[in-house]
Amino acid sequence: MMYKPYKLGLHNPNLTLKEKLQHLNWTYFILISLLAGIGTLMLYSAANGKWEGWAFNHLLRFVFGLLVMFTVSMVNIKLFLRYAYHFYFIVLILLIVVEVAGYTGMGATRWIDLKIIKIQPSELMKIALVMALARYFHTTTLHNIETIRGILPPLFMALVPVILIILQPDLGTAMMLLFTTGIIFFVVGVQVKKFITVAGFAAVLMPIAWHFLHDYQKLRVLTFLNPESDPLGAGYHIMQSKIALGSGGLLGKGFLQGTQSHLNFLPEKHTDFIFTMLSEEFGLIGGVVIIFINMVILLYSYSFAMKTTSYFGKLLIIGLTTNYFLYIFINIAMVLGLLPVVGIPLPLISYGGTVMLSVCFSFGLIMAVYINKDTNLGKD
Amino acid sequence: MNRDSDKGKILISRTLIWIAVQIVLLLLIIVRLYYLQIYQADRYTTMADDNRISMRLLIPPRGEIFDRNGKILAGNRQNFQVMIVAEQTNSVDETLKRLQKIIPLNQEEQQCVKEEVQQYRRFVPIKIKDRLNWDEMSRISLAMVDLPGIIISDNLSRYYPYGQQTAHLLGYVASVSEQDLKRDNDPLLEVPEFKIGKDGLEKQFEQKLRGVSGHLKLEVNAVGRVMQEIEKVDGVPGEKLQLSIDARLQKKAYELYGDDSGAAVLVNVDTGEILAFVSTPSYDSNDFVNGVSHKIYNNLLSNERSPLLNKVIAGQYAPGSTFKMIVALAALEEGIINKDTKIYCSGRMQLGNHFFHCWKHHGHGALNVVEALQHSCDIFFYEVAQKLGIDKIASMARRFGLGQLTNLELAGEKRGLIPDKEWKRRVRGENWQIGETLIAGIGQSYVMTTPIQLAMMTAKIANGGYEVTPTFLKINHFDPQKKKKISIKSEYLNLVKEGMCAVVNRPNGTAYLAHFDINGQKMCGKTGTTQVKRITMKERQKGIVSQDDLPWKYRNHALFVGYAPADYPKYAVAVLVEHGGGGSSKAAPIGSKLLQEALILDKEVQ
Repeated sequence: MMYKPYKLGLHNPNLTLKEKLQHLNWTYFILISLLAGIGTLMLYSAANGKWEGWAFNHLLRFVFGLLVMFTVSMVNIKLFLRYAYHFYFIVLILLIVVEVAGYTGMGATRWIDLKIIKIQPSELMKIALVMALARYFHTTTLHNIETIRGILPPLFMALVPVILIILQPDLGTAMMLLFTTGIIFFVVGVQVKKFITVAGFAAVLMPIAWHFLHDYQKLRVLTFLNPESDPLGAGYHIMQSKIALGSGGLLGKGFLQGTQSHLNFLPEKHTDFIFTMLSEEFGLIGGVVIIFINMVILLYSYSFAMKTTSYFGKLLIIGLTTNYFLYIFINIAMVLGLLPVVGIPLPLISYGGTVMLSVCFSFGLIMAVYINKDTNLGKD
Repeated sequence: MNRDSDKGKILISRTLIWIAVQIVLLLLIIVRLYYLQIYQADRYTTMADDNRISMRLLIPPRGEIFDRNGKILAGNRQNFQVMIVAEQTNSVDETLKRLQKIIPLNQEEQQCVKEEVQQYRRFVPIKIKDRLNWDEMSRISLAMVDLPGIIISDNLSRYYPYGQQTAHLLGYVASVSEQDLKRDNDPLLEVPEFKIGKDGLEKQFEQKLRGVSGHLKLEVNAVGRVMQEIEKVDGVPGEKLQLSIDARLQKKAYELYGDDSGAAVLVNVDTGEILAFVSTPSYDSNDFVNGVSHKIYNNLLSNERSPLLNKVIAGQYAPGSTFKMIVALAALEEGIINKDTKIYCSGRMQLGNHFFHCWKHHGHGALNVVEALQHSCDIFFYEVAQKLGIDKIASMARRFGLGQLTNLELAGEKRGLIPDKEWKRRVRGENWQIGETLIAGIGQSYVMTTPIQLAMMTAKIANGGYEVTPTFLKINHFDPQKKKKISIKSEYLNLVKEGMCAVVNRPNGTAYLAHFDINGQKMCGKTGTTQVKRITMKERQKGIVSQDDLPWKYRNHALFVGYAPADYPKYAVAVLVEHGGGGSSKAAPIGSKLLQEALILDKEVQ
């Protein structure tokens, strides 16, 4: 009902800068900034009350991210549609380069070192793949989507980078990519029975896939299944995370007062486990506030999608928002012991440049689509 | 156009489903948060506190042990140790090198420190050397500025100023063993530096001396570094213990032995307070506090004079002639003799076809009981013992505490043995022989007593026949009303005492050489010489009779029991010199000097 065919009268492909600024949703930007601000405060606490280092860098990166977000939101949506495949292939090549001549960080090959900035192509791929898929489904027909032949090309588009990322090996990102692809397939109308069939195959293939996992990955899964079996070994992180959370109670121990965090019982408190630290210091209230702000950001994004006329724009927003949701859900579920520890940060709050940049880039894209919500992209 | 419209509709409806799923998933996370942070909050709060709070027990200062005049016998000394904290140094090697110029450090010690530094975290202090003396201490303190990472810490360590002189009395403290842990569940025992009483009074009064532990609540981080002190609760220091011992007498007694081995004990005849308690040779309690070295311990173990044995309470010896008072008392009580009964000593006595000899070859002639004691005539007591029978003698011996535990405050006391007919039947499965009664009459054969028993026997004779229990604790207010009389007539006791005074004060008494007269205060006593090895007829004929010609371990034991002053006895003494030869020549002088010293030091008596 909400979807309406192109309204010819409103069709205005070339908006002026002033018009763009008028269409820009400032609340959205403020909510994002709020999260980044909370992140900065938590990093200040994680460094035992020090601005230098984490907190300051985080703020600096966010300011840069805001700039990127704003710049991207000013770009004409037509350009994204036109260059979606180009972008995808460039990132794919980068990914292959990483495999060949990558920079080794944290035991896994994930970076390209351009001296000035380290690029993580897998992070860019999350955006590029969504763009490419959005373009593909924008141009195809529903009839085509419902045939196997019609979904083979996009499946191929997704699986090539997924396999490359698994090889790095970065299981968390690969799973995220696969999941985002799945959701896009679902929303564009791929029949549910096909998902069930794939799920059936996956269940059968699971034991075989287990053999291809690295030992540390197997350990993570086993630890996840029973964290208290080895509280001083592999289960230590998740156990300490639960202790920190649980001891936070309703109101928390207070800013800078988290014992688990400040006495270093909590590992990786400035990156993957920052939500734990926040919940230790601000309790259930703090955790729920973070989840609520994120929920509002998600709902805003989806409402932007609903208001957008173009199929490409809608799907782009849905794909990128799904991606953002997965970050939040996987990270929090992981520190709560609901999912294995896979190394997914909490965007805007965790310390880390690449994710900050890619998330800001995504928000910029979402805003760009929203500004151009009435643009008729037709069919290439 | 229609299909396009469907494509858009599906996108909307499927997206709405997906949004709903996401909201449900996020709500699920909130439920989980609620479960962890509200429902299980208490459990995790406890676990978080367990993580961050480290309890350290504080060892309370151990109670000091004083002598009766307030001299310290066992005290606590500050033990200074120099330690190194790796993270505060520029280089551990460099700091050690500089320290080496100030205090002696050999290569081995340095290597040890370096290895330990590698093992522990860099903020953990590692001990370099302990028991620093003042000189070393002050030199290190002065050079502290140039010694980054060096710290000086102190703790209390037990010390015994009288060392060997009080070892058998006090025992020692040492590190806790597995057995100690099984017996005692005080958490203090788990503290590595804690020392527990292992022997002597240190062990006996452990609970009293130990005190109650305090604790330190510390906040530590994940690697164990102390962040802050949360709470400090001081413990209760151990109770002080005042002994009846007089350190001056203790020292004197030990010194009187010189190289001889044996045991001496001096008691107050009324209160039972022990003023001197010596067993020689001894060991040094201080050697055991920080773990005794193998060399010292092996030497102690292999020494034939048994320095580790507390001979006062655990050395069992035939009492010899010191037993004659008991036999005399039994004979008087049974009416076998009275004060005037004379028995003729010809130097030997025949029983069946066996001859029993007096120590004096040609005999003493006719003697009454006082003279018999004075000369320690064996024939007199053979005759009397024969008429008495062993059971009567044994009964009297037991009345004076022989062959029985005295129950003083030390573990490891031996009972000795007072034989009788029933005992021999039960233990040996044989009938008692009359000849054995004769020998028992002069305190040999199976008769075994400990020096403490002899001292208490003497005390009971001296105090006029009152029960008295030995004790190491000073008695400040003695109540004479509570004294319990032993069933023995004073008349008989006085006769025996007269005999004992004759031993010392008549010119031909066996201990006349040891007599003294301090402002009219005299000593009474009885000597004893007991055979360790029977000298055979053959050896006697060959002419080997001199004790000095025998190897040490075959020589006679020398004994002396005595009391003073003669008129109103206050102190009793028992002296044993192992393989010392004659009681009159070896033991009596020690007993005499000890009693003299006691009288001189005692202001009340003078």
